[in-house]
Amino acid sequence: MTANRLAESLLALSQQEELVDLPKDYLLSGSEDEGDNDGEREHQKLLEAISSLDGKNRRKLAERSEASLKVSEFNVSSEGSGEKLVLADLLEPVKTSSSLATVKKQLNRVKSKKTVELPLNKEEIERARTPLEQEIFNLLHKNKQPVADPLLTPVEKASLQAMSLEEAKMRRAELQRARALQSYYEAKARREKKIKSKKYHKVVKKGKAKKALKEFEQLRKVNPAAALEELEKIEKARMMERMSLKHQNSGKWAKSKAIMAKYDLEARQAMQEQLAKNKELTQKLQVASESEEEEGGTEEKVEELLVPDVVNEVQMNADGPNPWMLRSCTSDTKEAATQEDPEQLPEPEAHEVSESEGEDRPVAEEEILLREFEERRSLRKRSELSQDAEPAGSQETKDSSSQEVLSELRVLSQKLKENDQSRKQKASSEGTIPQVQREEPATEEEEPLLLQRPERVQTLEELEELGKEECFQNKELPRPVLEGQQSERTPNNRPDAPKEKKKKEQMIDLQNLLTTQSPSVKSLAVPTIEELEDEEERNQRQMIKEAFAGDDVIRDFLKEKREAVEASKPKDVDLTLPGWGEWGGVGLKPSAKKRRRFLIKAPEGPPRKDKNLPNVIINEKRNIHTAAHQVRVLPYPFTHHWQFERTIQTPIGSTWNTQRAFQKLTTPKVVTKPGHIINPIKAEDVGYRSSSRSDLSVIQRNPKRITTRHKKQLKKSSVD
Amino acid sequence: METAPKPGSDVPPKKDKLQTKRKKPRRYWEEETVPTTDGASPGPPCNKKNRGPQRPKNAHILKKSRISKKPQVPKKPREWKNPESQRSLSGAQDPFPGPAPVPVEVVQKFCRIDKSRKLPRSKAKTRSRLEVAEAEEEETSIKAARSELLLAEEPGFLEGEDGEDTAKICQADIVEAVDIASAAKHFDLNLRQFGPYRLNYSRTGRHLAFGGRRGHVAALDWVTKKLMCEINVMEAVRDIRFLHSEALLAVAQNRWLHIYDNQGIELHCIRRCDRVTRLEFLPFHFLLATASETGFLTYLDVSVGKIVAALNARAGRLDVMSQNPYNAVIHLGHSNGTVSLWSPAMKEPLAKILCHRGGVRAVAVDSTGTYMATSGLDHQLKIFDLRGTYQPLSTRTLPHGAGHLAFSQRGLLVAGMGDVVNIWAGQGKASPPSLEQPYLTHRLSGPVHGLQFCPFEDVLGVGHSGGITSMLVPGAGEPNFDGLESNPYRSRKQRQEWEVKALLEKVPAELICLDPRALAEVDVISLEQGKKERIERLGYDPEAKAPFQPKPKQKGRSSTASLVKRKRKVMDEEHRDKVRQSLQQQQQQQKEAKAKSTGARPSALDRFVR
Repeated sequence: MTANRLAESLLALSQQEELVDLPKDYLLSGSEDEGDNDGEREHQKLLEAISSLDGKNRRKLAERSEASLKVSEFNVSSEGSGEKLVLADLLEPVKTSSSLATVKKQLNRVKSKKTVELPLNKEEIERARTPLEQEIFNLLHKNKQPVADPLLTPVEKASLQAMSLEEAKMRRAELQRARALQSYYEAKARREKKIKSKKYHKVVKKGKAKKALKEFEQLRKVNPAAALEELEKIEKARMMERMSLKHQNSGKWAKSKAIMAKYDLEARQAMQEQLAKNKELTQKLQVASESEEEEGGTEEKVEELLVPDVVNEVQMNADGPNPWMLRSCTSDTKEAATQEDPEQLPEPEAHEVSESEGEDRPVAEEEILLREFEERRSLRKRSELSQDAEPAGSQETKDSSSQEVLSELRVLSQKLKENDQSRKQKASSEGTIPQVQREEPATEEEEPLLLQRPERVQTLEELEELGKEECFQNKELPRPVLEGQQSERTPNNRPDAPKEKKKKEQMIDLQNLLTTQSPSVKSLAVPTIEELEDEEERNQRQMIKEAFAGDDVIRDFLKEKREAVEASKPKDVDLTLPGWGEWGGVGLKPSAKKRRRFLIKAPEGPPRKDKNLPNVIINEKRNIHTAAHQVRVLPYPFTHHWQFERTIQTPIGSTWNTQRAFQKLTTPKVVTKPGHIINPIKAEDVGYRSSSRSDLSVIQRNPKRITTRHKKQLKKSSVD
Repeated sequence: METAPKPGSDVPPKKDKLQTKRKKPRRYWEEETVPTTDGASPGPPCNKKNRGPQRPKNAHILKKSRISKKPQVPKKPREWKNPESQRSLSGAQDPFPGPAPVPVEVVQKFCRIDKSRKLPRSKAKTRSRLEVAEAEEEETSIKAARSELLLAEEPGFLEGEDGEDTAKICQADIVEAVDIASAAKHFDLNLRQFGPYRLNYSRTGRHLAFGGRRGHVAALDWVTKKLMCEINVMEAVRDIRFLHSEALLAVAQNRWLHIYDNQGIELHCIRRCDRVTRLEFLPFHFLLATASETGFLTYLDVSVGKIVAALNARAGRLDVMSQNPYNAVIHLGHSNGTVSLWSPAMKEPLAKILCHRGGVRAVAVDSTGTYMATSGLDHQLKIFDLRGTYQPLSTRTLPHGAGHLAFSQRGLLVAGMGDVVNIWAGQGKASPPSLEQPYLTHRLSGPVHGLQFCPFEDVLGVGHSGGITSMLVPGAGEPNFDGLESNPYRSRKQRQEWEVKALLEKVPAELICLDPRALAEVDVISLEQGKKERIERLGYDPEAKAPFQPKPKQKGRSSTASLVKRKRKVMDEEHRDKVRQSLQQQQQQQKEAKAKSTGARPSALDRFVR
């Protein structure tokens, strides 16, 4: 019976595809059944959506007609509010005609069916992408599981053939136990993880590290090759650490400690410890080919940091030991690697298949779990029985121990990578082909670039730029980017074009100016030298021509003028801070947008005086010595400097004027004579108003005498 | 800049004459003597209200009456004239009453206010000031024009009979034709021993200094032929020049610059000016400009003996130099065909002009600072306009190219080509020499090495390898000299007096710039800066237009609503003005655009053109 069941399950396993198909079919049919019921509602929605397309209230809130889960306080029902109009809905007939239903069904079925899958390239399968995959492959390989095809293992075949009821029961019990143990273990781990005492964790960590070290020592004695591999892993952890720049005093904890360190001895110590650790971790190992290693490391790092994960995934997965690192290491490791390689070869296929089998997952997992436990148990037993007895270099021990060492030594780095790994795991668990396909072109795009470029590409922008540059180099590639670039450049070029033209014109002008054939003077007395030696003169002229053939005076002058113009132009102020708000460093330029934003354009100065004079450079600099003698404050009644300038344009010196005019222009306003008393000013001296006042004062002095006659006189005088 | 003409023997002005003309203004020291005639307004007639409007009116009439081409307009002066002055002692009528009229163009020559620029609207007070300034200008220019009468001498010139070319007239003919005094001005000095000569006339034109390349230096009163000094400096002499007076002589020798007095005593050896090739003296600034082989242009202030500026021209060896007498800018010619203009105030050239394709051989600037003549290795002679455009006005190719150029005071241009000198003349003083026909030519006994027109004489001095030739060029020199400025007949005492005055009027070196009239302009940049600073300091713009504040009115018309209404009214009016203005501008622009686009107007059929 059990056999029957098993067979059934296996059968089901083999018919996986159909199983996958089934639910979809079912769903489809179900939806079609419901189609009639929902048809009207959908139609209604469609109408609403269409009506809401015009007018201002495009996002008209749907009325609530039914009970829904989401109840917002702003609108009664959230249903339909976020729904979008799909083109397919519009294309559909309002009512599904029954005659077409069958055809549609068929079509849908065809559509839902996956395309024929070509066997993947071997190379691609060979690649174990994630560490998890690797592990799985390792396991599969170790246990001689079939990799290429989901067929039964020899053991399974045997068990299938000869498995009694008892055996089955035992197996079940064992499974149960394993599960229980696993749960216990997990619970324990969780509990331990929850312990908040830092000291405890520290102690545990230290212990683990010590243990790992000890094991490593042991391993070195026993199996040097494995130890080397281990060493490599440690090195890699160190590298990760170096990259991550953790353990410096930039973390939250470190910062808090730094504050405390002033007062707290312990904190200071802790800080120092951390710094020491950082030093230790970041210290480079002395390897023969240092530069190579460095390069490889940095390159990987660069990719990791800056290129999106999807692009990098393959590289990340394939990492294992870095190929550069491999080469740099001793031949032993190389051999080991080569040994490993053929072993690994068949595995990925199985993995791929197992991925593709979505349904079979639980079963396979069980198997793996069981096997793992068995291994672990045996290991424990062995270690308990005889510690120094041969670990036999078994790969299992190595694997597990290596796992532990890794986990201990690169806790931090793993944390860093946790996100990535989880994502990758998810991807692998989903294991859908489209994703793989999606990955492929990306890598294809990426790889040539990475291989070709001589300098390091550090940001995505630069990467794009690189692409653009390449496009520029080979112009055949019709890319939108290229067009964009060109369109960007053309406006830059455009103002240049007329300038050049203008300059050309200028050039022509200048040429004309200097080379026009001027009529020669007919002189009666020609210089004797010329008369005597006519051919010699011609020779000399020729010589002069030759001598001045080389230096183009005009071009030099134009160049000089251009430089002078450039120098006199007001300079733009660039306030961009490289590295502010974005990545900075050597070879990194702030983005164009940022530069544009922080560029203060200098106002256009007045046109140059020599703008239209091609053969002249006029210095536009201000002569401050002269300016010191100029008037810099406008005197009172003038509001514009032109007005004032008019009044001072006439010279008053005797050099420019006749004697009389000069004297007249320079007569003082007030002329005094020595030896004469200047009496204080009297009221009568200054016009009628003050004279009337004086009269008033007279009046005030003897007010009795005031008469009408006097008044009249006063008036008269005032009129005068 | 036109200076007022002065008579040859300047008469000291008579002060009493000045005062007799107008009614004497009453002075405070004369108060006791003048009896107060009218009791009601005993004050002097300088009543502000009365006087103010009268004055410009006066000037107005002056303008109409005095400047006229017609002999006399009899009506207006009579209006203007006082009745008392009309009467003469004998009782006879003056047939030409009033001052003599002045031709407009002569007056125009002395007018300096630039009226081409339209002023912004000004206040009444400002306007009155402007009017006063204009009236003053007119008055002074009329006076200057009237005193042109005192310029008794007229320039001479050669005029060929019809068809005769003046260039064919040789020196011997001229000497034969002129009076004995003038004929004596033509002479040759045969100095074959000490190589080609450079020469220089003093500013008064009375003295001549020359230096041969082989060390012969001499100075003489060339009119009387009285030798002042003659020495051999035992060193190559590159150039020689009088300083401000004939008493001092600067000689550019092989190593250093030396200064001698008129007795040949070496006063200074200026070692900071070494390997000087050319010398130029700026008389009003007391600056000796030296161009050296090392490429430096050095300004030496001879009044204090300090080097004002040493400018590196960055153009290699300098051996072509001349000064612009109008603005004291030094022109240097370079081997790359450019002429650069220098001032001691600037480290860089004020301007650079590309003149020739080959190197520049000679540069000369005329006395008004309007024209510059250059000749280059490309055998061309060009005359450039220096009034802002720097474009060649005329160009001629000379058979051998001119090695030396010089302008006379009246604008004649001489070019030394090999052993021949050519002289070109223009139409008048302010016109460029026309290169069509040479005015005079002369052949010398050796190649020309130095050229200069003698000031105030129709004489051209030519230094050549055979010595010195003084030839007669009619119409070269200014016939009238300013007795106070450069008097050829001055005594020693007068010279000393003049020296003191000139030193007192010395122009600072930093005032040298391309446009000397720019000094009479306001420094706009500092002005703006000052304004900005003031606004910043005060926190508001004191010159900004105050916002409209409606006047308070009575009888309930000053209610808040009406106040707001009035304010709004003004605001709207302003807004409308603005809009109107902008509309007008737009229309103008559109018009302009239309005017431009009419040339290639698209037709309706263009759409079918493929």
